[in-house]
Amino acid sequence: MSESHQDIRDAVRALCAEFPPEYHRKVDAERGYPDAFVEALTKAGWMAALIPEEYGGSGLGLTEASVIMEEINRSGGNSGACHGQMYNMGTLLRHGSDAQKQKYLPRIAAGELRLQSMGVTEPTTGTDTTKIKTKAEKRGDKYVINGQKVWISRVQHSDLMILLARTTPLADVTKKSRGMSIFIVDLRDAIGNGLEVKPIPNMVNHETNELFFDNLEIPAENLIGEEGMGFKYILDGLNAERALIAAECIGDGYWFIEKVTEYAKTREVFGRPIGQNQGVQFPIAEAHIEIEAANLMRFEACRLFDAGEPCGAQANMAKYLAAKASWEAANACIQFHGGFGFAAEYDVERKFRETRLYQVAPISTNLILSYVAEHVLGLPRSF
Amino acid sequence: MKVIVPVKRVIDYNVKVRVKADGSGVDLANVKMSMNPFDEIAVEQAIRLKEAGKADEVIAVSVGVKQAQETLRTALAMGADRAILVIASDDVHTDIEPLTVAKILKGIIDEEQPGLVLCGKQAIDNDMNATGQMLSALMGWSQATFASELDIDGDSATVTREVDGGLQTIKVNMPTVVTVDLRLNEPRYASLPNIMKAKKKPLDEKTAADYGVDASPRLEIVNTVEPAARAAGIKVGSVDELIEKLKEAGAV
Repeated sequence: MSESHQDIRDAVRALCAEFPPEYHRKVDAERGYPDAFVEALTKAGWMAALIPEEYGGSGLGLTEASVIMEEINRSGGNSGACHGQMYNMGTLLRHGSDAQKQKYLPRIAAGELRLQSMGVTEPTTGTDTTKIKTKAEKRGDKYVINGQKVWISRVQHSDLMILLARTTPLADVTKKSRGMSIFIVDLRDAIGNGLEVKPIPNMVNHETNELFFDNLEIPAENLIGEEGMGFKYILDGLNAERALIAAECIGDGYWFIEKVTEYAKTREVFGRPIGQNQGVQFPIAEAHIEIEAANLMRFEACRLFDAGEPCGAQANMAKYLAAKASWEAANACIQFHGGFGFAAEYDVERKFRETRLYQVAPISTNLILSYVAEHVLGLPRSF
Repeated sequence: MKVIVPVKRVIDYNVKVRVKADGSGVDLANVKMSMNPFDEIAVEQAIRLKEAGKADEVIAVSVGVKQAQETLRTALAMGADRAILVIASDDVHTDIEPLTVAKILKGIIDEEQPGLVLCGKQAIDNDMNATGQMLSALMGWSQATFASELDIDGDSATVTREVDGGLQTIKVNMPTVVTVDLRLNEPRYASLPNIMKAKKKPLDEKTAADYGVDASPRLEIVNTVEPAARAAGIKVGSVDELIEKLKEAGAV
């Protein structure tokens, strides 16, 4: 793959061009899911980018996956509907057994199975993940799951979910990050048989849910890796998620910059284009500079992840910079569109809402700052 | 039957073209380049012929600069089996003239012995609309230009052509050169697995000299200018005023 991944960009753009702004606008207005779009991406092999060739995928890295996500957002779409499969894949690839890979990967690559969900967050446990209360108890050849999760996305449009649960109570472990395990939950069997899914209507058209586990039984063979080591495994998925979302924000950022630049060049007030005024130019230029800078950190995070090196700091910093930059670009874009920025047919308000999410999810900006302060710089712990 | 599809690397159709300050042509520095859209339709048609069992092998050919290998990779990712790149210039601003391209294609055809050449009707950069016709003459083959439908049946092909007055259907003997028009098909976009496969497909590199062709230009570009900017319109209050203004402008 070349540095710029132009071949991937061209092909994803060509596919996205079949789904014009009207399509995404309609899905948003109906609070629907972009089924046809995700199906087209799946059919063309994009959702299997990370799956090794021996299992029917294309064996690409996180860098390429991030380019795919970036191009979707840059084309006016929203990768939030389908990025789960990309960040979950790392967890399954790195820590799943050969039998698990053999069982799931070829069917995911063929588009017959979707691995779009990851269940970590709980109502009383956000970023302090080690405090999760959902527990998995081993009984014979099964684990029995009880507890609750919240903000679990794409459950209604996925077949499989990676679930984090405590297998040893917090009180009984030497390190608080131990005693948690990850499992593959087959949602098709689970829903209605110990798993209840309650959708959460929200500000963006994002399919996200509350999950209630009431004696859900899953086969013991669905444990990924070693029991008790799940937190370590899930971190790989979280880092991948941060880097991918950074790329999505960068795609959004370019979309906003292009949209507002075009508008500012052509919209005339007092006999001249508004873009001739430096009060309009500078915020756009500033946002562009920030996007370009964030992009460098995003590629660095992806490079480290693909090399199997620690990338927590870079993935978090990339997500921080990119989410901030896309938000600045969104703000400039809506501001200089004036009233039209609020009209649905300009798509600005929709993208504005969508990109705003990423200063909050999947990790809020303050917690990235705290992570950098305490874990990168070694400042005293505040919690 | 082998099918040869010549493809040209041109300025992307979405790019706003700028004329170079010295008038020698359009500025291609840092400009996005893509496969000529009519050639994409030709590639698509060739692949469909193969899928329908009417062709065995699709060979994409490009004549131009080294960077045209990206264009050939696109054709391979769509489904062409192999590619031949003929390097005829090292300057992206040098346009290889239709007669030169036709002569080089003749050299390739003599080696490959295809039953069909499918070309775009013209390239969107210089709009020459000449290479297919010249190739047909050099080969002494039949030709069917501006195809909007193509049906191959053994030794002949039935082609519906888009002509000024409407549609014309003709029957030509094979082997033949067909140049394709916009409405023949809608080209597919490359899937990720096919992009990956395309990287491993053979792409031979040749030069114009390999086919004994001198690629130096025979035409001289005197000047290139941008189209005149559209003048502002006026609003009229009535039909009478409209007619009066049209008369003033000499339009009626």
